[in-house]
Amino acid sequence: MAKRIDVSGLHVYYGDFLAVEDVSMTIEPRSVTAFIGSSGCGKSTFLRTLNRMHEVTPGAYARGKVLLDDMDIYGPDVDPVLVRSEVGMVFQKANPFPTMSIYDNVIAGARLNNRRMSRSEADDLVEESLRGANLWEEVKDRLNKPGSGLSGGQQQRLCIARATAVKPSVLLMDEPCSALDPISTLAIEDLIHQLKEDYTIVIVTHNMQQAARVSDRTAFFNLSGPGKPGKLIEMGETNQMFTRPEKKETENYITGRFG
Amino acid sequence: MTTTDAPQAAPPPTGKRRIGDAVFAGLARGSGLLILLILAGVAAFLIIQAWPSLAANTTGFLTTQEWDANVRENPAFGVAALAFGTVLAAAIALLLATPVAVGIALFIVYYAPRRVASVLGYLVDLLAAIPSVVYGLWGIGFLAPQLVPVFRGLTEYLGWIPLFSGPASTSGRTILTASVVLAVMILPIITAMSRDVFKQVPQGHREAALAMGATRWEMIRLAVLPFGRSGVVGGAMLGLGRALGETMAVAMILSPSLAISFDLLQSGNQTIAAHIALQYPEATGYGVSALIAAGLVLFAITLAVNMGARYIVARGSKEA
Ligand SMILES: Nc1ncnc2c1ncn2[C@@H]1O[C@H](COP(=O)(O)OP(=O)(O)OP(=O)(O)O)[C@@H](O)[C@H]1O
Ligand SMILES: [Mg+2]
Repeated sequence: MAKRIDVSGLHVYYGDFLAVEDVSMTIEPRSVTAFIGSSGCGKSTFLRTLNRMHEVTPGAYARGKVLLDDMDIYGPDVDPVLVRSEVGMVFQKANPFPTMSIYDNVIAGARLNNRRMSRSEADDLVEESLRGANLWEEVKDRLNKPGSGLSGGQQQRLCIARATAVKPSVLLMDEPCSALDPISTLAIEDLIHQLKEDYTIVIVTHNMQQAARVSDRTAFFNLSGPGKPGKLIEMGETNQMFTRPEKKETENYITGRFG
Repeated sequence: MTTTDAPQAAPPPTGKRRIGDAVFAGLARGSGLLILLILAGVAAFLIIQAWPSLAANTTGFLTTQEWDANVRENPAFGVAALAFGTVLAAAIALLLATPVAVGIALFIVYYAPRRVASVLGYLVDLLAAIPSVVYGLWGIGFLAPQLVPVFRGLTEYLGWIPLFSGPASTSGRTILTASVVLAVMILPIITAMSRDVFKQVPQGHREAALAMGATRWEMIRLAVLPFGRSGVVGGAMLGLGRALGETMAVAMILSPSLAISFDLLQSGNQTIAAHIALQYPEATGYGVSALIAAGLVLFAITLAVNMGARYIVARGSKEA
């Protein structure tokens, strides 16, 4: 299920503004890749180009190549809707549909692709997805209550369940824990650990310990200067990045020294 | 929390500021009270003026249909047919206008290029600025004759549906024509309210839908419509309120007659507002008082609809 992502020479623009310059990287299947870097260096922007979500922003576009296994996701007759059902996304702010029940939230995406799902199939998928998101035990007695009634950490796990119910091959997560307490954060980190068995996972985080804890490989982005585009500075095994980075810039960022 | 160890240093507000505050608070409270007074005054006026005819009425006011009030003794009049016509015309107008308004609002917010969207929004707002007399003229002068063949077709092919049973009116001046005109009149308010709430759908919800592979229409179904439901309903209720009270256009289009009839394509219904406007100049005896009693019923219906709308909108905004 999990797929490899191969990016080469990607530039991302907001209108005239070049936000991310010339990124090339390979993201291995069944691994967790962390994106780190200072605020505004284009981590979210780059992440959103991996499932064409940046196209939702008026004026935003990308140049370059992104391969999902063999499929060029920017190919001339590739439907972005299809790309997004292959490459799911979890956002910084948990965003369950407020008027829908927990059950309907989980099933919402899967229903789009498979309208004629039977009741028992749907029940199974909901249970499987919620179990996969370590949320089943907490919500199994109130599946028909609105998803907005859950705690922040539970809502975020609900969003992960909703994303996995579509059966994507890649999961993108943009600071999924930044609004959560340490306990909920640990719950999500454990979950990421399990999910990497089946998915290719990319996570943006500002938390170095988190990057070190959950990821196999780490990519460090930085601005080439104020008002300049963001760039990929260095990418490597997480262990090595945090102990013996190749670039001085990376070492400064990781150890908290700037300038 | 205790206040015992609170620092005493809070600076006292200046005298000037306090006077300003007091004046403003007084004005605000005064305007609020004024609204209540006006409302209560209107209600009291209607009840007092309606009372003589209601007391003298020899039939059930709410249950009978004929209108025999222009007499000095034993008036016999009922509002049933009028209230029915009022609600029927407004309800059909609402059924016709709401889907179109929602469609226009969705198009403006999510489909149209920005330039087209702003021009279209402006045009819809312009519809609201057309005086109802003009709508009335348009209704009799243009729409009614245009609809005659349509009505004939409807009775021919859909005549088995009781609503469309013939014979179709040859003038086209039927309750359905009036409803179409009313629908055009309430389109702007429903569109404007829907457009505003569709614009407020949080980006997070829209992106959540798109990120799991929803098409634009699926995104609208998953994220936009549930969020916007209360706004659409609120707009529809405001439109309904307007349609119920609209006088001029309906009075011009419908030929005066009194009957409870579901035959949308025959002349034979009338609304309260139009009836009052048409009858008032000729009212004698108990006539004026009886018309005011009819007005009281219209007032009650509109009040109920508006309160319903408010309740729905308030409940919706609490949920979101
Ligand atoms: N919708 C947008 N329109 C125009 N410019 C944008 C938009 N979103 C982001 N940018 C710009 O693109 C650059 C990269 O932003 P991005 O959000 O990708 O940074 P980031 O690395 O995710 O930052 P953070 O760590 O704070 O989330 C910034 O200069 C930002 O101002
Ligand atoms: Mg970001």
